[in-house]
Amino acid sequence: MKVGVVQFPGTNCELDVLHAVEALGGEGELLFHADATVRGVDAVVVPGGFAHGDYLRAGAIARFSPVMDAVAEHARAGGPVVGICNGFQVLTEAGLLPGALQKNAGLKFVCRPVDLRVETVTTVLTNQATVGQVLRIPVNHFEGNYVCDDRTLDALRAEERVVVRYVENPNGARDDIAGICNEARNVVGLMPHPERASDTLLGSTDGLVMLRSVLASATVPAA
Amino acid sequence: MPRYAATVDITHLPGILDPQGATIDRALPALGYGNVTQVKVGKTIRLVVDAESEDAARTQVDEMCHRLLANPVIEAFEISLETA
Repeated sequence: MKVGVVQFPGTNCELDVLHAVEALGGEGELLFHADATVRGVDAVVVPGGFAHGDYLRAGAIARFSPVMDAVAEHARAGGPVVGICNGFQVLTEAGLLPGALQKNAGLKFVCRPVDLRVETVTTVLTNQATVGQVLRIPVNHFEGNYVCDDRTLDALRAEERVVVRYVENPNGARDDIAGICNEARNVVGLMPHPERASDTLLGSTDGLVMLRSVLASATVPAA
Repeated sequence: MPRYAATVDITHLPGILDPQGATIDRALPALGYGNVTQVKVGKTIRLVVDAESEDAARTQVDEMCHRLLANPVIEAFEISLETA
């Protein structure tokens, strides 16, 4: 199972994601932003960091990188795509997920472990988890406040596309949303970092179930 | 080809949280200005564009706003143009 991890200028979590994927027995490789290909990988992760310095808006410039055309094509074909933190921001800017990520409500950069509730297990990120499961995973962001219009929220709720919610909302995100998926349930974006909860040395291994789900998603249909 | 100076004024859509504006709103009374409300923080982008006409320039800047300069999910924008 090959996982491609996108690397923009300013991305800083790509090696951590690779490490976690490889620790689970997957094969990881980096996907450079300037190359318009996902190199035949089975799943794509758009990791955290500050692509293009978050200039203009987080993810606004990264979404035009050549690699993103290939990521969009991979998503259209039903391939798993997971956006973590800055990756989630890139996916919303690219229109692969609805809504947007705004500045945290308290205007503080939040960097701490939070509890997430798994709301649905029919996605590429949560197929190995159970509904209601609480995962302790770190967040690390200044712009993690998920916003969307009423129509989008109604659709997300009706179609069970809110993937994870904060047990205690750290940033004012609408409806406590920490992560969502697209209609086909193969594209998931979330603000917390599962790769940072992937080893006992990191204080939590709760992120492994998410990464294992991504690895399983090649053979397990998303929905 | 004529040259135009465009100023794009980008603001949050109503209903979108503006914590920077709210923070400034709270800070001003401490400076003695208790008479200020509705502080909003946005951004201004200025650019110079060569185009056949003012309409052509405006159309292109409008496209730039939709594609890159603003995110229509959360932002509104206003374009002003003058010959450069």
